Amino acid sequence: MNRIIDKKQLSKDVYQMKIEAPLIASERQAGQFIILQIDEDLGERIPLTIADADEAAGTITIIYQVVGKTTHELSQLEPGKYLPVFAGPLGKPTHIENFGRVVCVGGGIGTAPLHPITQALKNAGNHITTILGARTSELLILTEEMAKLSDSMIICTDDGSAGRKALVTEPLKEICSQDPKPDLVIAIGPPVMMKFCSLTTKPFGVKTLVSLNTIMVDGTGMCGGCRVNVGNEVKFVCVDGPEFDGHLVDFDNMMMRLNSYKEFEVHNHNCHLENQMSSLEKKL
Amino acid sequence: MTYIESSTLTAIAKDYLEELKKRNDPLKARDRLKIPLQEMPSQDPHIRAKNLEEVATGYTEEQAILEAMRCLQCPKEMCVHDCPVMVNIPVFLKYIADGDFQSAVDEIKKTSLLPAICGRVCPQEVQCQLNCTVGKSLKDVDQAVSIGRLERFVADWERKQGTVKLPEIKPETGKKVAIVGSGPAGLVVAADVRREGHEVTLFEAFHKLGGVMRYGIPEFRLPNDIVDEEIETLKKIGVKFQTNFVVGRTRKLHDLITKDGYDAVFVGTGAGLPLFMGIEGENLVGVFSANEYLTRANLMRAFEKDKAATPIYSSKRVAVLGGGNVAMDAARMSLRLGAEKVYVVYRRTEVEMPARKEEVQHAKEEGIEFLFLQNAKRILGDEKSRVKAMECLRYELGEPDSSGRRRPVVIPDSEFLLDVDTVIVAIGNGSNPLVSQTTPDLKVNRWGNIIVDDNQKTSMERVFAGGDIVLGAATVILAMGEGRRAAKAINDLLAEDLIKDQS
Repeated sequence: MNRIIDKKQLSKDVYQMKIEAPLIASERQAGQFIILQIDEDLGERIPLTIADADEAAGTITIIYQVVGKTTHELSQLEPGKYLPVFAGPLGKPTHIENFGRVVCVGGGIGTAPLHPITQALKNAGNHITTILGARTSELLILTEEMAKLSDSMIICTDDGSAGRKALVTEPLKEICSQDPKPDLVIAIGPPVMMKFCSLTTKPFGVKTLVSLNTIMVDGTGMCGGCRVNVGNEVKFVCVDGPEFDGHLVDFDNMMMRLNSYKEFEVHNHNCHLENQMSSLEKKL
Repeated sequence: MTYIESSTLTAIAKDYLEELKKRNDPLKARDRLKIPLQEMPSQDPHIRAKNLEEVATGYTEEQAILEAMRCLQCPKEMCVHDCPVMVNIPVFLKYIADGDFQSAVDEIKKTSLLPAICGRVCPQEVQCQLNCTVGKSLKDVDQAVSIGRLERFVADWERKQGTVKLPEIKPETGKKVAIVGSGPAGLVVAADVRREGHEVTLFEAFHKLGGVMRYGIPEFRLPNDIVDEEIETLKKIGVKFQTNFVVGRTRKLHDLITKDGYDAVFVGTGAGLPLFMGIEGENLVGVFSANEYLTRANLMRAFEKDKAATPIYSSKRVAVLGGGNVAMDAARMSLRLGAEKVYVVYRRTEVEMPARKEEVQHAKEEGIEFLFLQNAKRILGDEKSRVKAMECLRYELGEPDSSGRRRPVVIPDSEFLLDVDTVIVAIGNGSNPLVSQTTPDLKVNRWGNIIVDDNQKTSMERVFAGGDIVLGAATVILAMGEGRRAAKAINDLLAEDLIKDQS
């Protein structure tokens, strides 16, 4: 179990891995995530969304961006290696029904968790409009896969290197202004993108779901590190989420909390660079 | 109590023991009552506050024998009745007094499977030692025979000898039992059910076994090696362990019975859902549940700062909210992780504190400051939303409330600021929702605790539950007591099945 079957680099810092995990592959539903560790004793637990699954083959697909020590080390592992800790599926599955017209907004790596949700919504008979955005064309992922699921698709980049030179909120606003309005918006991406998508749809009264990726330790409700303010309540992303009503999430607080260990990460990253340097020196 | 070095404690015990040996007449009760209580040797507070090694270092042989001699072997045996698993205490104490440590540990193991753990973390002062005749005669519960320390002594002695005996296992029955959660309740069920010859698989959501004994109780109070050894014993008798397996998510509880062929399931998932105060500023950076703080430090080994990948917040001034054992653990852990000033903020007085006296004493020795009759009102942050201070209120004790404890009442306009950069909330746990969320047939009460009958059976056929998921946050030994009852009910159920299978 937990063998890496396949690895693919999707863009500069984004990798896709297929992992052998038959139990998770058969139980998982759209919207759920897993937690993994690279080292059983000293490793960190990181949550990653399940981007796809193949029940017959007993595999699931994860897509991640290299942002810290653990994701960097993960990206260095080759097929054939086993991950010592791989637990899931965690979190509440997305509530799927035929809502009618749904707009799926994916920002950067956020397209990975958006993919299985779009799949499930499509299967339930929804009309899908997809908006994918990234800083630059290289950072767009799963465009073909998403196009297959979508009735129409809009691509935006900050620098205009692909599709429209715009932020995803621009086409989102246009779609919300049309008649009929969308019945549901699902926005998954960087916190700031989800915040502004929610602010964009709010005046139109279009229900907007966001999927949060906060700091977690156990992922089973035990530590409360993932807590966010939703409306006037404190919610745990791992057991109450990861999806919440974007109009109620306190994004500012969430973004602040995501920075809790920034200093540690920087230190860790530097240590890592120093290690790399010294190992290079040894080789020379 | 002031700190006395271990060598001094042993020397005093040795001299006393030799004096007693010179006597020809048997000891009378009044002689036994005169034997001084043996203090637990411990690491120097100044040294231990900077390391993670076990604080209490354990009795020496002389101390153990002398302490065991304090037992009057009284016919009341209140100690046995007050023990959740009814260890035959006077018998094992007599063996220790006679220097027969192997027989002592054998006697304990007839009823308690994890003496090295219980001897360390049981709240003996409210259980076996509460009504001890020695304590009563000396009019001080703290003067009761130190049963817990003696239990630990013989368990440690056995480990050091390498003579740990494996329990006998009956012939295989072909029946399968699933246990959910590898904490104290689950381990007891595993052992008791396996002994009857049933196949046992224990599912654990984390990557390491032991539940709260691993992620919650710190190394300096319960070393991981001890938990590992108890689990190793279970492995040797054939209990299977499946880590990284989240029952409810990786597999539905129901599927364990209908699809995977388990004949019974025990749910011991613990009380893992931290409660918060609900005050302003509680989501600032630098506010943690004790669960998170301790899990990072213990399970994820963040105390090994240069090795572990899991970060822990770097704190200089810490306020811990709450007065239980978990609050003590969090406060003492933060000190060991480098905090310069640690406060425990509790809204009642020391008398009402639920923490064990020994833990409070240890915390004080290490320099932790207790702010009684005070409580947090709100937490203040800086421009980066990091904790910069905590506003507190002062209280006084009013009329007794439903728990019989005098209710703390706010003193108006008593606000003051406490200069802290970290706040750890240790005010208790709700019940973990994971299994009940995904198992609609399982009846829970309004706090989310699983409802069970006198035999620990739940509303679902063949499903039993025990420990904190039933009790709310309690203690290791109470969880074990529940586990014991559940195991008996499971064994009875499977025995009936076997009879039916034959006919």
